[in-house]
Amino acid sequence: MTMGEAGLTSALAVFAFASFLGAAMGHDAAFSFHASLACVASLISVVMIGNRYLDRPAALPPAEIGGRPNYYLGPIKFASAMAMFWGIAGFSVGLMIAMQLAWPALNFDLPWTTFGRLRPLHTSAVIFAFGGNVLIASSFYVVQKTCRTRLAGDLAPWFVVVGYNFFILIAGTGYLLGVTQSKEYAEPEWYADFWLTIVWVTYLLVFLMTLVKRKEPHIFVANWFYLAFIITIAVLHLGNNAALPVSFLGSKSYIAWGGVQDAMFQWWYGHNAVGFFLTAGFLAIMYYFIPKRAQRPVYSYRLSIIHFWALIFLYIWAGPHHLHYTALPDWAQTLGMTFSIMLWMPSWGGMINGLMTLSGAWDKLRTDPVLRMMVVSVAFYGMSTFEGPMMSIKVVNSLSHYTDWTIGHVHSGALGWVGFVSFGALYCLIPWLWNRQLYSLKLVNWHFWISTIGIVLYISAMWVSGILQGLMWRAYTSLGFLEYSFIESVEAMHPFYIIRAAGGALFLIGALIMAVNLWMTVNAGKASEAEGAAALQPAE
Amino acid sequence: MKAIIQVENFASSLVGTLCTPIFVGIFIAIVVYALWPRNKSLFDAAARMPLRED
Repeated sequence: MTMGEAGLTSALAVFAFASFLGAAMGHDAAFSFHASLACVASLISVVMIGNRYLDRPAALPPAEIGGRPNYYLGPIKFASAMAMFWGIAGFSVGLMIAMQLAWPALNFDLPWTTFGRLRPLHTSAVIFAFGGNVLIASSFYVVQKTCRTRLAGDLAPWFVVVGYNFFILIAGTGYLLGVTQSKEYAEPEWYADFWLTIVWVTYLLVFLMTLVKRKEPHIFVANWFYLAFIITIAVLHLGNNAALPVSFLGSKSYIAWGGVQDAMFQWWYGHNAVGFFLTAGFLAIMYYFIPKRAQRPVYSYRLSIIHFWALIFLYIWAGPHHLHYTALPDWAQTLGMTFSIMLWMPSWGGMINGLMTLSGAWDKLRTDPVLRMMVVSVAFYGMSTFEGPMMSIKVVNSLSHYTDWTIGHVHSGALGWVGFVSFGALYCLIPWLWNRQLYSLKLVNWHFWISTIGIVLYISAMWVSGILQGLMWRAYTSLGFLEYSFIESVEAMHPFYIIRAAGGALFLIGALIMAVNLWMTVNAGKASEAEGAAALQPAE
Repeated sequence: MKAIIQVENFASSLVGTLCTPIFVGIFIAIVVYALWPRNKSLFDAAARMPLRED
């Protein structure tokens, strides 16, 4: 037994016992429930590590076989499958809450199904569960391939993918039970945050150690983006979640920061989660998967270096634009706005680099719907990174803030950019991992068009609804009274909420088609051509 | 006491002020590195890294 196996087994056994005590002595039902989950999960993990030890040969898998790196694919397969699962779950909950806004009776008058609890379930499921699993899976794949070395660690990569998904489970069930620290995109309570810290540091170490033992002298640009994503998320997570639990046996805690400092911390976190989770991480995907799929080199490697560092230097200051016209000092608001506008340049540098990588291969867009999906995602990236800086300008923000325009903006980035580039990556990754040919390109084509129409319906409905809402709120009569009551603006939005839900439904249908396609690829797909050719070679 | 506070204020504003030229300097150095003609062959090779099969 290796040190890792013995150490992790003992740690999990102790943790199982501690969570058993926590479950018995918990001050609230939700905490006891989560402690029970932790206890069961630790025991299952101990059994699985034991079984794995008994099944494996005495020596650990070699780092190289026949001079070629022996890539570690198991944890990547797990994370890719989880990404697809959470994607469907997250999109479904999104559709549910979109319909709740159009028809509030769908709240069912139950605490667990109110908008307030389902909304963080939706955002966390799509961003952290779907997006996070795509990022972990693709980063573990790309770092191995571009460093030409096996992933560092034996159990550590498994600990990262399973531990991360366990964090999602605790966070998600917590929201439904009303456990939240009420920080947008950082709702999980202190114990979930603590667990994520352990998982994330392990993730950082696995990634770093793989870079350290690389066989390639040069660190490919995608790895820089992944590394920036992992490090920055760690820093943001620790800063924004500094909290003191009321009791170590209860779910409630209080944030260390107060008042406007807390607000600033929250949006320093919030906007950099956009910048480093939803941007840097997925740009890493762009820089590996688009060149690979198009069989073209990165258009300008120099531009990739410059726009990477420009993003790093600028993004961290953009957060205050979420707090325009609040108690935040005016200079800080203007600073946030200025840096947001400057971000135009590196964002578009990335977009141009991604799109121009297609030069000499544009014809592939006609025949390869996977590549088309990724290229359209880059176009959406360009569009939403144009819209974002524009909305951060204070006068524009005075109309757009607190309206559906923001929701439309977020979704053009989330569905168009993050969603499509992730779909493209999974359509590439799943066949590579399982050594299969993609089951059906025709289904990818259907997915592409159905989801694209869904996105267009979604964002155009939200633009109209948001601007309408903003204009109604600020309309005055000739006598200086507000022209509309709040409820009139709510009524006016009803048709757009129905269109938005229809758009969301189309996006979900597209993802379901994708899930079927990937399922068939793994379970009924033909062996990939390279493998097939090898198998057909005559014996000598 | 007052003198100590003054020194502290001076030190913190100096660090705060120095950050800007230091960061700008680092960024300019990165741009120069990226555009340096002799690095072209390295970057051309790096741009093809995803295409190499093993």
